[in-house]
Amino acid sequence: MKTINALDVHYRKLNDSIDSAIKVDKSITLNNVFGQRYIGRGLPKGVKIKIHGIPGNDMSAYMGGAKIEVLGNAQDAIGNTMNSGRIIIHGRCGDTLGYAMRGGEIYVEGNVGYRVGIHMKEYKDMKPLIVIGGKAGDFLGEYMAGGSIILLGLNLAEGEEIVGRFCATGIHGGKIYINGNPDKYKFGKEVEKVSLTDEDTAFLKKHIALYAKFFKKDLSHLKLEYFSKYMTVNKNPYSNMYCSN
Amino acid sequence: MLKEGELRIPSGCAISGIIDKKGNRFSGGEIIKSIALMHERSNGLGGGFAAYGIYPQYKELYAFHIFYDSLSVKTQVEDFLTKHFEIESAGNIPTKSVPNIKDQPLIWRYFVSPRIYMSKEEIIDEDEFTSRCVIKINKEYIGAYVFSSGKNMGTFKGVGYPEDIGEFFMLDRYEAYMWTAHGRFPTNTPGWWGGSHPFTMLNWSVVHNGEISSYDANRRFVEMFGYRCTLQTDTEVITYLFDLLVRKHKMPMDKAIKVVASPFWDNIERENKKTQNELKSIRAVYANALINGPFSIILGCQKGMVALNDRIKLRSMVAAEKGDRTYVASEESAIKIICDNPDRIWSPKGGEAIIALLECENK
Amino acid sequence: MNLKFDSPLFEVIRDEKKCIKCKTCVLECSNKVHSYDEKKDIFKADDMKCVNCHRCVALCPTKALIIKKYPLEFRENAVWTESAIKEIFKQSQSGGVLLSSMGNPNPSPIYWDKMLLNASQVTNPSIDPLREPIETKVMIGRKPEKLEFASNGKLITKMPPQVTLNVPVMFAAMSYGAISPNAHEALARAAEELGICYNTGEGGLNKDFYKYRKNTVVQVASGRFGVHKEYLNAGVAIEIKIGQGAKPGIGGHLPGRKVCEDVSTTRMIPVGSDAISPALHHDIYSIEDLRQLIYSLKEVTHYEKPVFVKIAAVHNAAAISSGALRAGADAIVVDGFRGGTGAAPTRVRDNVGIPIELALASIDQRLREEGIRNQGSLLISGSIRNSADIVKAIALGADAVCIGTAALIALGCHMCRTCVTGKCNWGIATQDLELVKRLEPDVMYKRLVNLVSAWNHEIQEMLGGMGMNAVDSLRGNRLMLRGIDLNQKELEILGIKYAGE
Repeated sequence: MKTINALDVHYRKLNDSIDSAIKVDKSITLNNVFGQRYIGRGLPKGVKIKIHGIPGNDMSAYMGGAKIEVLGNAQDAIGNTMNSGRIIIHGRCGDTLGYAMRGGEIYVEGNVGYRVGIHMKEYKDMKPLIVIGGKAGDFLGEYMAGGSIILLGLNLAEGEEIVGRFCATGIHGGKIYINGNPDKYKFGKEVEKVSLTDEDTAFLKKHIALYAKFFKKDLSHLKLEYFSKYMTVNKNPYSNMYCSN
Repeated sequence: MLKEGELRIPSGCAISGIIDKKGNRFSGGEIIKSIALMHERSNGLGGGFAAYGIYPQYKELYAFHIFYDSLSVKTQVEDFLTKHFEIESAGNIPTKSVPNIKDQPLIWRYFVSPRIYMSKEEIIDEDEFTSRCVIKINKEYIGAYVFSSGKNMGTFKGVGYPEDIGEFFMLDRYEAYMWTAHGRFPTNTPGWWGGSHPFTMLNWSVVHNGEISSYDANRRFVEMFGYRCTLQTDTEVITYLFDLLVRKHKMPMDKAIKVVASPFWDNIERENKKTQNELKSIRAVYANALINGPFSIILGCQKGMVALNDRIKLRSMVAAEKGDRTYVASEESAIKIICDNPDRIWSPKGGEAIIALLECENK
Repeated sequence: MNLKFDSPLFEVIRDEKKCIKCKTCVLECSNKVHSYDEKKDIFKADDMKCVNCHRCVALCPTKALIIKKYPLEFRENAVWTESAIKEIFKQSQSGGVLLSSMGNPNPSPIYWDKMLLNASQVTNPSIDPLREPIETKVMIGRKPEKLEFASNGKLITKMPPQVTLNVPVMFAAMSYGAISPNAHEALARAAEELGICYNTGEGGLNKDFYKYRKNTVVQVASGRFGVHKEYLNAGVAIEIKIGQGAKPGIGGHLPGRKVCEDVSTTRMIPVGSDAISPALHHDIYSIEDLRQLIYSLKEVTHYEKPVFVKIAAVHNAAAISSGALRAGADAIVVDGFRGGTGAAPTRVRDNVGIPIELALASIDQRLREEGIRNQGSLLISGSIRNSADIVKAIALGADAVCIGTAALIALGCHMCRTCVTGKCNWGIATQDLELVKRLEPDVMYKRLVNLVSAWNHEIQEMLGGMGMNAVDSLRGNRLMLRGIDLNQKELEILGIKYAGE
């Protein structure tokens, strides 16, 4: 496994060295990462990167199958327009995680910021997934068109709310699973709360188990019957808004 | 090309701020390192710093930092200063040669106390007198610009990347209990040193990221109260808004925050009657003072630092605490590079201010 | 011999092939244009009586009717136009003052169309109105200069009463008398559903309408018809009507034939008696008298309701507005010279007053220069045609707008401009019970709700495009406007830059 010291290295040079390194060994470790952008951008299947430090914005943009593990927190716009692959973040994460994500999986151990999973979409067998261990800010799953978000809300402090406002506004596809039953006012008017099917239960079990494995946690106390599932009322929510002129 | 004040220049940016709440002073090296990490967020057309607690030996005096384009305007301004202030000390601000910093103006510093009896108006305090003089110099003396006018604090700014500006002013040799920094990404600029940020007025300083859409509504609001937005920048109008709300209207800071980033009406409806009444009153009276569009700002004053995002959080901001220190920056890495293991690190909600105040008297 | 020179304005054309002789046209026309000759089995049309209100056309099941401009032409003359000639015919025959209905139809500049709006691109983001919150709620009323808080953070300042509008739109004052009870009911119900206000106009208020009090502005005009303590307390605000854009300096006259039993009750005058509103309030000969009236209204309503003062946009509207605000008005309503009316002398309507856009810009600027703009609200009216007009009005400095004509069009008005006859085929500007019942409030109020809701969506779209999520940030934000086809002076008065600047 190749190790790269990223201290004081500009992102362009760092990403170039990653490109060269994976030609020799597809598993690499980055040390001392401080905000360098675009790490893992477009990288293909088979590549595995471990990051020590804090990767910068747009990590894993357009990623095409690589696996990235961040041993720390991550910044904004992680997994931007990502196609496939897996991101595991051992910490918290900023805003706009998984924007327009089309496939792949993102696991975040802790909290995430605003506008996470917005405009996630699915196409044929590509079904994106975001699993969040902590809480999420406003506009979670805004414009969501496909895929799934699982929000676990683990270790919330007194008074902390699992999800912010305007959750799933404009949703027209996909599913959001929330551990709990947040007030209705927090959701967009396009959203409907529906009961879990057997398929949903199996899906949740599988991914909660993976979360527990990745972050070495015992989640046996989680009760699936407390989860709520949210999805769109209809696929064309705005058809009545316009009149032709 | 027209400079700031003659037209409005939209710009994006990076910001960072550090305060030691016990008032212990530390070198500018840390803030330079923090803002330098966000190099990508600036484009070399503006950088600057505000430092609080740097002039303890002159803490009762106003410290004027002035850019001059020529010696002749310097003479004229000094003539004005002599008439309106006792000048205790005057001199060049020391700088060092940095390859990327060019075309610097003459940069002078004066420690002054106002001759308030010079004012024709009867009821006027020292702050008001001084701020009027600063506005007058900036408006009437072409080629001179007072870019810092507080007590025991100073602004250092110019055209260049912030880390170069920091090196140029040798900020690692200053010690402050609070530092804020700004890296600017203007869309077009004449390269005028005065147009860089922070913007300051007396002890207020503002660094800001984002372009506000409410600018003209805010400008025309503050101008009703006697301010003149000569620079036409967002930071200028934001500074005046806070000066109006907190200094002139004597509003507590937490209420002023509700003015500029007010809760949504439907959130207000869910509050108890008393809070509802307060928030509705704030929105009714200060509707035009709501700052709209994307922003993250760090407001500095002698009491400490307030950091705030717009209410739907269109700009990123991260805060951290370690020991007596509070950190705020546009990106988490800009904190981590100078604070390895914070006790707490989090993303504040939109409209939720981080208020980090000195726990002791200004040292 | 009494020669009559007048000719028809319109020609009724019937397609015999399409006509199924159902006689709907005969039954529907209150002007008695259509008739049916049983013996000859033919329909006749008296073109002279047709006002082109489209009632027969709209209700004809086979669309067999067309109304066209009467093709008779005068010899072309740019000075002595057809209307100039015809007006002289009318006056020389009758000796009367020309009376017109609805707002000024002449092609004077519409400044709304000469101002263009901004939108965000890159340097700041637009906001998506379908999914992100965009607030259009406004509060109308007096505001203290500042709020004061106690050392424990408790708010000390007591706020004067405010009227909350969920959309920055109100229905303009149109009196019961000028319009029908059903039209009034539709306006009141729509206001209730929309969370806005309608305005009683100066005709008093039927007690059946008191249930809409949370959405009612009661008007006090020079005639003081139906004004009493209960009436003054029957709404959320009181509007003193000084003037109207269509007829500044002129009073009103509801002819006795419109004063039916019901109108008599609400106006508190005898049936059949003319209802004359003097041109001025005879207790207001100066600005300090206005203060006296404002405070008498506040006293009798225990300072619980904001008092609006409505003026026509005249040359010194800015100074008048400042005076009214200082006299205690909590909101100024300014009606421009294209504003609507049930009836106004034509010459006054078309020649007195100034465009609302210029009046608004100069009033807002003047109040700001005096540092008092924030202390009261500014509402404007006078041919607001669509949501873009509203957005531009707010950017110039208005808090909200009032719509009259647009609301009536939503209720079915086809702008035939013959309200004075009282024979409105659409049941709007009439008290004829047969005609009134054609306007079903239960059905028609929904059209008003639709209109204002659609406009609200459009306002949100435009606000979002400009990167704003609250209408508060648009008010007075003239940087959002640019002018086209305007001269330097116009730009200066409007306080805006030219497009491209």
